[in-house]
Amino acid sequence: METVACPDCDLLQRIPPLPPGGKARCSRCGYSLATRPSDPLELPLALTVAAAIVFIVANTAPLMGLSAVGRSASTTIIGGAYEMWLQGQVVTGAVVAFCAVIAPASYILFMLTVLLAVRRPPAPRWVGEMLRWARHLQLWSMLEVMTLGILVALFKIAELATVDAGVGLYAVGALLVLFPAIMIHFDPREIWQRVEWAEGEVPPPMPPEVPATEPAR
Amino acid sequence: MTAATLTAAQEGLVSCETCSLLSRPASAAEPGFCRRCGARLEFRRHASIQYTWALVIAAAICYIPANALPVLTTNTLGSSESDTIIGGVVFLYTSGSWPLALIVLIASVMIPLGKLVALAYLLITVQRGSAESTRERTRLYRMVEFIGRWSMLDVFVDTFTVALVQLQPLMSVEPGPGVLFFAAVVVLTMLAAESFDPRLIWDSGHRKRPRHG
Repeated sequence: METVACPDCDLLQRIPPLPPGGKARCSRCGYSLATRPSDPLELPLALTVAAAIVFIVANTAPLMGLSAVGRSASTTIIGGAYEMWLQGQVVTGAVVAFCAVIAPASYILFMLTVLLAVRRPPAPRWVGEMLRWARHLQLWSMLEVMTLGILVALFKIAELATVDAGVGLYAVGALLVLFPAIMIHFDPREIWQRVEWAEGEVPPPMPPEVPATEPAR
Repeated sequence: MTAATLTAAQEGLVSCETCSLLSRPASAAEPGFCRRCGARLEFRRHASIQYTWALVIAAAICYIPANALPVLTTNTLGSSESDTIIGGVVFLYTSGSWPLALIVLIASVMIPLGKLVALAYLLITVQRGSAESTRERTRLYRMVEFIGRWSMLDVFVDTFTVALVQLQPLMSVEPGPGVLFFAAVVVLTMLAAESFDPRLIWDSGHRKRPRHG
């Protein structure tokens, strides 16, 4: 049984042993403290490999094409950011490139490394560092927002010209399913249990008696 | 709430924000580093209120040019037309798609404004030491954190409109200066939500301990 403090309200509580697929919430503020995915290492790894392949397709295949009176144009995700850059919006272009390409790509790469490295515990310390970065990158990776943005843009342009969705757009659609799937089936606690400690192997301290969390379902 | 309700800080324990390991630091002023992952330990995020206020105010300032300046300029054979964010919403509405107009209106106008108001409200209640509706305020904070990214929508709409409509000399679309300010509002409010420490909401209830932060 592990004692933790809720990250949102700092309440001390013990996490009871969870059944597979179970979830523990903070008894005070309702924060989701822990989940126990039925397969915390193999399934996220498989999903991340799939996401990596689909991500490459999404970024190399044309997202959409446009044709009007005999002229045509097409773009990729990074092409969109680059066009912003060329048109003088350097910072905006960089923000778009970061949120739509760099953050999700690094997230996939870091998760892949972490999940491969913990297969032979104890994993070296930099795995923990990478996991921390992956969590920050997850916040800034905005594929779902981008997809809605593309759809709105398509609709606006459809008034002026013929627009065709490309292979890239379908790949982005697949990523919208894969990303949340990785997050649902992944448990950072599982990783931390397999990472080498910064100060050698120290047994975790046992703080005083604290109320236990009620397991939700 | 039972009498046994204790926070980590009240027990002199600090929870690592990176790996959530509990540590009992030797000194409260210098908690040091996490023994498991080596991250710097803090009872509460460092200068959380000051950083969050600074970012909220910066975002509020950028919000004005973001809405006043054009985000897109359409050039068609000699004539050019500039659109602000609201102009884009009106365009979508008049071209017969009120659901899309509503989505853009919510994502681009209401969410950024709502985030600024919500963060200011959270900061003021924490500073006044309010112990009321802590659960609701925590929920509000999570909503701000969760919904914040969606206001990037208009930046993506503009980017892909510009990227596609480059049919010179027939027709082309250029980004306007408003996009930069708009992206700044989104990034700044996201950073503000990140730097706010939700545990401060709960600290006010028990004033016994000095505030860390």
